[in-house]
Amino acid sequence: MIDVIIIGGGIAGLETACTLHTQGIESLILEKEKEIGGKLTQWDSLFPSNRNAKELVETYKDEIQKHTITVYVNTKVIAIKKQNDGTFEIFTSREIVFKAKTIVIASGYSIFNAERKEEYGYAIYPNVITSADLEHMFATKKELKAPSGRTLERVAFIHCVGSRDEKVGNHYCSRLCCVTGVKQAIKIRQMLPETHVFNFYMDLRMYGLGFEEMYREAQEKHGVQFIRGRVSEIAQTNEGRLQLKAEDTLAARPVRMQVDMVVLLVGMEAPECNSILGKSCNIQYNAAQFIVPQDIHYSSGITSAEGVFVSGTSIAPLSVFDTINHARSTALAVSNFLMPIQNE
Amino acid sequence: MILIMKTITKKQSWNSYQKEIANDNLYYARSCIRQNFFPASEHMFLHILQKELGKNVFDDPNHTTCTGIGYHADVVLFDTIQTVIARHFALMTEAGLEHMAISCVTSFGLYTEVLHTWEHYPEQLEKIRDFLYKATKKEFNLPKSIAHTSDVIYSLRDEIAQKAQHTLINKHTGKPLRAVEHIGCHYAKMFPSKGVGGAEFPQVLAGMIESWGGEVVDYPERRHCCGFGFRNYLVQANRGYSMSNSKKKFESMEVYKPDFILTNCPGCSMFMDKWQYTIAEIDGKTYDSYGKGIPVLTYEELTGLVLGYNPWDLGLQMHQVQSESLLDKMGISYDPHLKYTDKHGNQLPKPVSPLHLTQT
Ligand SMILES: Cc1cc2nc3c(=O)[nH]c(=O)nc-3n(C[C@H](O)[C@H](O)[C@H](O)COP(=O)(O)OP(=O)(O)OC[C@H]3O[C@@H](n4cnc5c(N)ncnc54)[C@H](O)[C@@H]3O)c2cc1C
Ligand code: SF4
Repeated sequence: MIDVIIIGGGIAGLETACTLHTQGIESLILEKEKEIGGKLTQWDSLFPSNRNAKELVETYKDEIQKHTITVYVNTKVIAIKKQNDGTFEIFTSREIVFKAKTIVIASGYSIFNAERKEEYGYAIYPNVITSADLEHMFATKKELKAPSGRTLERVAFIHCVGSRDEKVGNHYCSRLCCVTGVKQAIKIRQMLPETHVFNFYMDLRMYGLGFEEMYREAQEKHGVQFIRGRVSEIAQTNEGRLQLKAEDTLAARPVRMQVDMVVLLVGMEAPECNSILGKSCNIQYNAAQFIVPQDIHYSSGITSAEGVFVSGTSIAPLSVFDTINHARSTALAVSNFLMPIQNE
Repeated sequence: MILIMKTITKKQSWNSYQKEIANDNLYYARSCIRQNFFPASEHMFLHILQKELGKNVFDDPNHTTCTGIGYHADVVLFDTIQTVIARHFALMTEAGLEHMAISCVTSFGLYTEVLHTWEHYPEQLEKIRDFLYKATKKEFNLPKSIAHTSDVIYSLRDEIAQKAQHTLINKHTGKPLRAVEHIGCHYAKMFPSKGVGGAEFPQVLAGMIESWGGEVVDYPERRHCCGFGFRNYLVQANRGYSMSNSKKKFESMEVYKPDFILTNCPGCSMFMDKWQYTIAEIDGKTYDSYGKGIPVLTYEELTGLVLGYNPWDLGLQMHQVQSESLLDKMGISYDPHLKYTDKHGNQLPKPVSPLHLTQT
């Protein structure tokens, strides 16, 4: 019987395992992909510090190795079953059934499928990409060019794609796409100083440490232009450029603009497994399928099911900073829960 | 028979928007204005379905306007229009039919809106049943399906292709004719799941064009409203708004050199045709290279041409922009002397030729 099984080897799962180790508690991580690190394995540099995302993942990999924490990769958790004695059986894509005293759900988030916003033409027009695609292009040092091969004269970022949107059924704000848009706009201006960059936004939610400063810097130092207005549609022109329509709500004027590339700042959704795991052991999750903690202020890592904990973006969209802090507090909650059991 | 339509296209986005389209045993709901502007279109729909394809379609003389124009102009109340539509359902029920084919995009949008309202507010349905009964002693069943008549043609497009006398291939160049399609806002923008292909990449007209050999132009203002907008047009002082919308579309499509425009909605057909004349009169500008304008066809007219009907029997001479350029490209022969004659061959008065829009 393992003390703790952690579902998901993103930074939330990794940090939970490392903190538990420092508390003297051993855990096992089950990760569905072939490597650990979660979404960060795809990202280039991280706001607000510009730190290389791979470097952070490598730091965690070193820690995991150093503490000899066991990780099963290519292992997708499909159900959890609570036993009469309060322990758990965990069913996965492997044949073996894992048994544990406690479970930490750290299965992270899914990226909004931009094809659902048909009016933006994702997967139809090759020069409409998402922030996740762009991050990957930065990370793999792919040259940024229009499909015609010409240099990018103009790039537009569109905020709130799949978030704060009645039509797609996501009312919540994904919290990080604004600052991701600022981060990526700055990067384009640094890589291609001749390219004009426009960010179309509803509100700019620069809530985190250093975010507002980045936003100022984007305008003052890098000349990124922010236009308050939601883009209504994108269409292709005869030359393969993209025409977008919006209303500049500060100038009270309609805007029609031709650009060479559009970046959709896609929101964060709860992964499908949240509701599957939630149902299989009776955990509360909200309408957006994020897991609802027992007490959002006081015990945000504890779920409504005894012995099941939650770490990182399984509860809501969180930055790396917030994810790591949440993962640490969850580890403490797990260790507090296990202590009386271990003392028995 | 009810067909579940499958679209064949590279663009996958509309695959989630499939609908059930009944194409036999239909109750036909006419438009109140189409017969004035495009006099042969509705007749052709009935003729093609009944005579060419052997379908049962009931054209009921008791059917009336849906009052949609009044509703959108804020002079007809929602309760009233629901009761009018309920009466049409009662007529369909009395005829022993269960599927409706609606010949107007505005009506189709309204029928859909009313059914949607009743689904979500059953008490509203009960109220309307009561109103209708008190007013007419009629009762009704809800239709099993409603389709726009272009949906019906879309569902039969391959059958039509097999009977085609002419294809949408330019006889002079051997290349597909380039078509602009315009589905009309009320076809799918309000209820994307009720239109074939949804609102963004609609397939209903595009499917016909492609099946008959043509090529659809995906131009930037493809989804933009034609400008009809009811009050934009009905209030004379607002007509500039209406025209500026069409103008925006013409400017956007011009560079693609379309051979024709295919429309879905009575209002759009009329405005995309007539505003070309108005703009030509004001600015001297036409949107083709020959000063003739871009021909605008309804889907029934296009179906008729493909099936080999005489263009003058299809009423193409009643359009503002004349269609000879398209007929020549399709290799359709026509007798110019019979253009303005009645069915007995008697000469009808010829319309006065405008200054800038060449009429042959
Ligand atoms: C485009 C973009 C750019 C971003 N840039 C930044 C940035 O610059 N700075 C910053 O602070 N934040 C950034 N973020 C946010 C950052 O990605 C998250 O904070 C971070 O990934 C959260 O980590 P996590 O472990 O909670 O989730 P994830 O990274 O999603 O990890 C979850 C893990 O669980 C695994 N898993 C899921 N389901 C199962 C299952 N059933 N069984 C087994 N394993 C499972 C997944 O494979 C994954 O490895 C960005 C987000 C986006 C969308
Ligand atoms: S963070 Fe910004 S872009 Fe993302 S949903 Fe919130 S307001 Fe929109």
